[in-house]
Amino acid sequence: MSYWAVSRRIMAKDLVSEARTREMTNAMLFFALLVLVLFSFSFQPTSDEERRLAAGVLWIAFLFAGLSVLDRSFWRERVNDCLDALRLAPASASALFLGKCAANVLFLLLAEGILVPLFLVFFDLSFRGDVGQWLLVLVLGTWALVVNGTFFAAMTVNLRSRELMLPLLLLPISVPALIAVVEATATALLGEGAMGVWIRVLIAFDVIYTTLALLLFETVLEGT
Amino acid sequence: MSVERALPRWWFGLVGVTGVALVLGVLHALWWAPTERTMGTVQRIFYYHVSSAWTAFVAFFVNFLACAAYLKTRRPKWDAVAVSAAEVGVVFSTVNLVTGPIWAKPVWGIWWTWDARLTSTLVMWLLYVSYLLLRQFAAEQPSQRLWAAAFGIFAFVDVPIVYLSIRLWRTQHPGPVIAGGEQSGIDPRMFLALHVCFLAFLLLFVVLFYWRYRLEQQRTELAELRARLHRWQLERSV
Repeated sequence: MSYWAVSRRIMAKDLVSEARTREMTNAMLFFALLVLVLFSFSFQPTSDEERRLAAGVLWIAFLFAGLSVLDRSFWRERVNDCLDALRLAPASASALFLGKCAANVLFLLLAEGILVPLFLVFFDLSFRGDVGQWLLVLVLGTWALVVNGTFFAAMTVNLRSRELMLPLLLLPISVPALIAVVEATATALLGEGAMGVWIRVLIAFDVIYTTLALLLFETVLEGT
Repeated sequence: MSVERALPRWWFGLVGVTGVALVLGVLHALWWAPTERTMGTVQRIFYYHVSSAWTAFVAFFVNFLACAAYLKTRRPKWDAVAVSAAEVGVVFSTVNLVTGPIWAKPVWGIWWTWDARLTSTLVMWLLYVSYLLLRQFAAEQPSQRLWAAAFGIFAFVDVPIVYLSIRLWRTQHPGPVIAGGEQSGIDPRMFLALHVCFLAFLLLFVVLFYWRYRLEQQRTELAELRARLHRWQLERSV
């Protein structure tokens, strides 16, 4: 099987298994929804300054959703020693990694697709800026979270405190990406300023960390 | 299995030299350097503040090199170097982050501001605390060294990106006006005091680092001996 075929197969496997069990999707969506609802009790964005804050709220909801997606990503492979089977498979470890990332990105984009309209309704917001550019920010930002998150999820899967350790590793590393997505989202909501600089930051972040993760994943996998 | 128990003689010599350098640093920073015109005496914290920041950078760079060396060679020695450098680096970084607000309050009127340099220093500190936490949480795992080395590389690569993104973020907002700080031309006596302090801190770093490195090696040796003893007892009991 070629490199890309392996990745596609892994991604399809994760999607099918999630579609059949729904062990993660329901909880993840509900959890993220709770975050949005709880925040809407604490403030109603009426001024521009509060709209800026709303961008942060949206990404906090995405972050929670993302953490529950990532946490399950390798955890589900522990049943029947699937992780060992994957490791022994005659395929490149980075192909496995890419497949996992692709599945996680799709899960998270699905959650975001449901959360964004709710967010706009609950907070009475609309995009005054360029929505097309913002969608690009959404995809790049999701990839930024997922690429590091999948890497760390593989690393922490056997730890007793894995659910605590994953955010402890992922959040500080993601600071540049989080600044970029929140600023770009605020720009899109307010309709003033440019997103271009943040898109460039996200592209740089994604390229650097995707390269690093692909190079180091095999090393990390041999240890899990 | 050939770890020496006592610290080498040169290390004790170095402790002496470091002590002298630290005393010289105090004399320079508190007496011999001139008092700054606008900020007054409180500016003298600058010598420790900047020296600890530079030393922390050196420590994190050593950590990065050691992580890369460990991934390449898989020799536990490099892992011991990495963890020792990170731990001592976090200590110096903490000194830097604590002296900063003490200086900022009387000079800027606030303890903290989210300006580029402060924020990126704080994020850097967080990254290396994460690194140490990972080691602690993964302590019982056989491949904790691999994971720590991988994270060490991720963390070090992040530092310049963090700095860049925070600078962009800060220039997009009206930042607080920062008065004071070190201006371009400083008095040669201040320059000397700063470098004496930096040298003293670097020596202190080497002393602490080597001490910690020895401790790490001894821990590894102890774990190996315990495992051997355990195997031996099992064989005897059969």
